[in-house]
Amino acid sequence: MIGYLVLENGEIFEGERIGATNVDTACEVVFNTGMAGYLETFTDPSYAGQGIVMTYPLIGNYGVIPEDFESEQIWAKAVFIHELAEFESNFRKKDGLNKFLRDYKIPGLTNINTRKLTKLLREAGTMKGYVTSSLDNMTEIMKKIKDYEVGQVVKQVTTKQPVSYGKSNEKQIVLMDYGFKHNIVNSFLKRDVGVTVCPSTMPVERILELKPDGILLSNGPGDPEKCTKEIDIIKKLSKTDLPILGICLGHQLMALAHGFKTAKLKYGHRGPNHPVKDLENGKVYITSQNHGYYVVADTVKPEIAEVSHINLNDNTVEGIRYKNKNIFTVQFHPEACPGPEDTAYIFDKFINQL
Amino acid sequence: MPKNNNIQKVLVIGSGPIIIGQAAEFDYAGTQACRELKKEGIEVVLINSNPATIMTDKNMADKIYIEPLTVATVKKVIEKENPDSILPNLGGQTGLNLAMELAESGFLEEHNVRLLGTGTEGIKNAEDRQAFKDMMESINEPCIASKVVENIEDAIDFTREIGLPVIIRPAYTLGGTGGGIATTMEELEEIANSGLRMSRVHQILVEKCITGWKEIEYEVMRDSSGNCITICNMENIDPVGVHTGDSIVVAPSQTLADKEYQMLRTSAIKIISALKIEGGCNVQFALNPNSFEYAVIEVNPRVSRSSALASKATGYPIAKVATKIALGYTLDEIKNEVTGKTYACFEPVLDYVVVKIPKWPFKKFLTANRTLRNANESNWRSHGNCAELRSRLNESHSFFGRKYG
Repeated sequence: MIGYLVLENGEIFEGERIGATNVDTACEVVFNTGMAGYLETFTDPSYAGQGIVMTYPLIGNYGVIPEDFESEQIWAKAVFIHELAEFESNFRKKDGLNKFLRDYKIPGLTNINTRKLTKLLREAGTMKGYVTSSLDNMTEIMKKIKDYEVGQVVKQVTTKQPVSYGKSNEKQIVLMDYGFKHNIVNSFLKRDVGVTVCPSTMPVERILELKPDGILLSNGPGDPEKCTKEIDIIKKLSKTDLPILGICLGHQLMALAHGFKTAKLKYGHRGPNHPVKDLENGKVYITSQNHGYYVVADTVKPEIAEVSHINLNDNTVEGIRYKNKNIFTVQFHPEACPGPEDTAYIFDKFINQL
Repeated sequence: MPKNNNIQKVLVIGSGPIIIGQAAEFDYAGTQACRELKKEGIEVVLINSNPATIMTDKNMADKIYIEPLTVATVKKVIEKENPDSILPNLGGQTGLNLAMELAESGFLEEHNVRLLGTGTEGIKNAEDRQAFKDMMESINEPCIASKVVENIEDAIDFTREIGLPVIIRPAYTLGGTGGGIATTMEELEEIANSGLRMSRVHQILVEKCITGWKEIEYEVMRDSSGNCITICNMENIDPVGVHTGDSIVVAPSQTLADKEYQMLRTSAIKIISALKIEGGCNVQFALNPNSFEYAVIEVNPRVSRSSALASKATGYPIAKVATKIALGYTLDEIKNEVTGKTYACFEPVLDYVVVKIPKWPFKKFLTANRTLRNANESNWRSHGNCAELRSRLNESHSFFGRKYG
């Protein structure tokens, strides 16, 4: 069954429909450069509202492995791949990718020219698009694309109730859930630290009632500036003495809470191969990344904080250390999944402060 | 750390004859190294026994010696030319072995010649089987479990510990007489007993049998500051047991989920950090297809055959960057020549699949052994990039089909 991806600039890519073939949807089209890790990527809540172009051409090779999911469901709105593997090979695989997409009612296109699409996104920047089987009503399609906005998606992905993982006699942290990935929680449990995952707008008084030893601000989707309630809570949390670690969206929200500015990258950093320099020890680490927004370096006020990590490719801010406080935040993903485990030391550093 | 300016004149040891098992890949690496040294304003002295190589072209080095690659001739060249350094890790195994011999005998120190790149201790720890095993044990990286035993009880105990199947290799017997693979405890008793009887010293090696495991390689780079990157990984379509040179190899791996991919990547980086490699390095793993169990097969502490494949597959100039690392540069100081803006400190990602298919010259070597085993028999390879694995495989096969079909 033939399907199309219509982009906001009017360009049309033809492919074959996979997954939920009866679902047409608008999305923000972004590309991911990972060669393995499609399951972690599709189930990462930070992709809520987005359609993912996989630049690696063969997707689905090792099938579907539920224990590799980073959340309970697929959060991407659509996926675009060059070739869907029909014969999966891996000892843990349960299903094929096509069925997996169907089960979660996620549409996709295969046999689509992902290289051309990626080049286009790199040149023109991230674009909105629409997945459909019919081009009969282009005016309506273009209107749907125009009206589409990823918007404030954190409220869709955050937990409704606090949930506790692991009973630890040692330490306990609160994770502010803006769309957390499972491996963040696992990274703490592995180090014998218990985690309570809390809704993104839980009032500070209730957070403090849990008597946490530290706070983690998780990753998540969408425009950080839209998260006004979350930012207010972070402002209050920053005034306590609690150690705070921010990851990705959490990093951006902490910056906004201190009056720094965020902006949108032309086409984002999404992939497992971004070199980041830790300015403290001069070492370079290969990091896993997934973000469309960044903290503008010039707006980081030197009397409040300093840049601790930079991206070697484009010199953007990758980490901030706040002065006279136990607060530091990183733009990359120390929990990996998918991607290199090189920066897991960030968790050790945070836990040592608890 | 910027370039070490004490390096003014470097001796490069070439790869020698292009023979089965040692193909032109090493000429490719050595040529890149010579070019890079010259670009840095360094005087290059080259010794190679093979005049039919690119690296022995007139403009590649300042002085070229076409001489046999032996300790004696290399010593003579050093005495005559007085280089301050020697670059051993880009000419394949021949160059590395020669440099190690010269270093260990104290000759290099006597003549104030510095060994560029990985230190002698790192090379030794990677090349010496026992030293390598000890080192892997000390950093908790699994090697293929094996034990020398002298009686049947110990053989049974050890097999219970590591699990079946196991390979029995009797000591001091010709061509492995009396050995074999045991898949049951009964077979083990039978084979171990006969092995012990056949062995002159009444000794057998009981080794975990990993035939049929996946063979996965990682091409890794490390600089003197300890920055590590992986250039790419490769998966052999043939399982463990067939030499990589004779295997169909695809890059990147096709059947590894991110969990397995990262597990082995982390292990590869841990290993080259422990060996203190400075430059390129190749780490080979065997991965159980039915679990997360893996074993480190071996490490090449130098630019290898697989580096050439990885280099061509990704466009990352491994030999060039390894040369710069040997001169003292760190990965975040070396410019990425493709972009001109970014640095060599990144990991390439592919939006295509690369396939390497070997060609066996049996038409020319009628008496050569035609069974694929753990020694390299092929001498020519077809590399190719394509978005579709299946069409790439077909293409490579038909390419050779026309030649010896």
